[in-house]
Amino acid sequence: MVEFLNDYLYPTLWIVAKIIAIVLPLMIAMAYLTYVERKVIGAIQMRRGPNVVGPFGLLQPLADGLKLFTKETIVPFGANRVVFIMAPCLTFILAMVAWAVIPFDEGMVLADINVGILYLFAISSLGVYGILMAGWASNSIYAFLGALRSAAQMVSYEVSMGFVIITVLLLAGSLNLTEIVLAQRKIWFVIPLLPMAVIFFISTLAETNRHPFDLPEAEAELVAGYNVEYSAMTFALFFLGEYMNMILMSGMTTVLFLGGWLPPFDVAPFNWIPGPVWLALKISAVLFVFLWVRASLPRYRYDQLMRLGWKVFLPVSLAAVVIVGGAVVAFDLRPGS
Amino acid sequence: MSFLNRSVQTIFLWELLSGLSLTFRYMFRPKVTLNYPYEKGPLSPRFRGEHALRRYPNGEERCIACKLCEAVCPAQAITIEAEPRDDGSRRTTRYDIDMVKCIYCGLCQEACPVDAIVEGPNFEFATETREELLYDKDKLLANGDRWETELAQRISADAPYR
Repeated sequence: MVEFLNDYLYPTLWIVAKIIAIVLPLMIAMAYLTYVERKVIGAIQMRRGPNVVGPFGLLQPLADGLKLFTKETIVPFGANRVVFIMAPCLTFILAMVAWAVIPFDEGMVLADINVGILYLFAISSLGVYGILMAGWASNSIYAFLGALRSAAQMVSYEVSMGFVIITVLLLAGSLNLTEIVLAQRKIWFVIPLLPMAVIFFISTLAETNRHPFDLPEAEAELVAGYNVEYSAMTFALFFLGEYMNMILMSGMTTVLFLGGWLPPFDVAPFNWIPGPVWLALKISAVLFVFLWVRASLPRYRYDQLMRLGWKVFLPVSLAAVVIVGGAVVAFDLRPGS
Repeated sequence: MSFLNRSVQTIFLWELLSGLSLTFRYMFRPKVTLNYPYEKGPLSPRFRGEHALRRYPNGEERCIACKLCEAVCPAQAITIEAEPRDDGSRRTTRYDIDMVKCIYCGLCQEACPVDAIVEGPNFEFATETREELLYDKDKLLANGDRWETELAQRISADAPYR
């Protein structure tokens, strides 16, 4: 019995505690991202944004959550019930699960697996299933069209994202996210790989179905796209899953290009601040760009989206793999050598 | 040369960046919206809001049950029943306005020969149930009593233009 406790129960409880320590702040961040988005877009459009519920409207996310929670979940006639309910859960869970490998500080990571970046990439690709299932199970043409678009879009942009990640790996020499961050101690990868960082960021916009690539939920032509039949908590899960994905993708951008938890300069006032705070600050900065882009740019047309993905990003990132690889060999920049 | 120019601009995302910088600058502009429940915009004396039945200064109700408003109402929102009162003057026994049907055209106050039915400045009378919007005579008279100062002011302000 004691053996059982020591070998299984305590480690499990310890992992659960760590998961809660990651998930709770994330949930709060996600809730307040919806608030910050409304405030930022409001400010850019010279409006006020939510300011009535609580001081500065800070309780608005709670009010929204309460509203969505008390509404009725409508399952449309002809919908595939099981898949219909499963789809939003899947979207949300996948967005959360990916955080297992994000390092918050040296050693502060739930699962320090040696192929962390592959895991992250795989999970973010799985995200499309939630949307596809939603579109299919809703038994509605708008939802279906939205899901089709979303699938095509995610597949297109994942290819160039993969190549961009390869250029990072060439410089870092490891698939482990902690190693990738530590490889940026001298210089953040955003400086040598600036074009790649920009391509990566734009691809993450497409990957999370955010403006200007929010074709899956283009209100003008698809009403609301894949989530048109959803209501109450099922809708909330999609909605929050999208925000969770935004945070995740910002985290990915931070880890790959902005030096993760590392301070910008390893000198006195900067390295006093603990790593997780730096990570949070950098993620917030990237998230701000997400919102800023949303407030500034109009939606792409479908063919423009495909052209950008396949005819611009793919060749450029493919060429970048060759160039970066060549440079690594030519100037003997191989990590660890 | 222009081709080169354009290519360079495209590669460096020039258009996107200039757009983004513009929106960034707008973020620090003063807000143009009213902080609504605490700030309100000015209303014209002709603003057509919630209805009210007015009284004469001696407390006698103005309405003489001529039913012109009922006749002119394009939405047929007004219902009036009338009979002579004990002192022989003709008054309404029922004066209902269905505020749900009403289109706030203001024809009732135009039609009224004694300025009894008017549309006041109040537009914040949302209710939680539909039934609360079926106004009867008591409600309309109460509105008139509550808003009388402002109603009289609005009518006198608008009088020179009529």
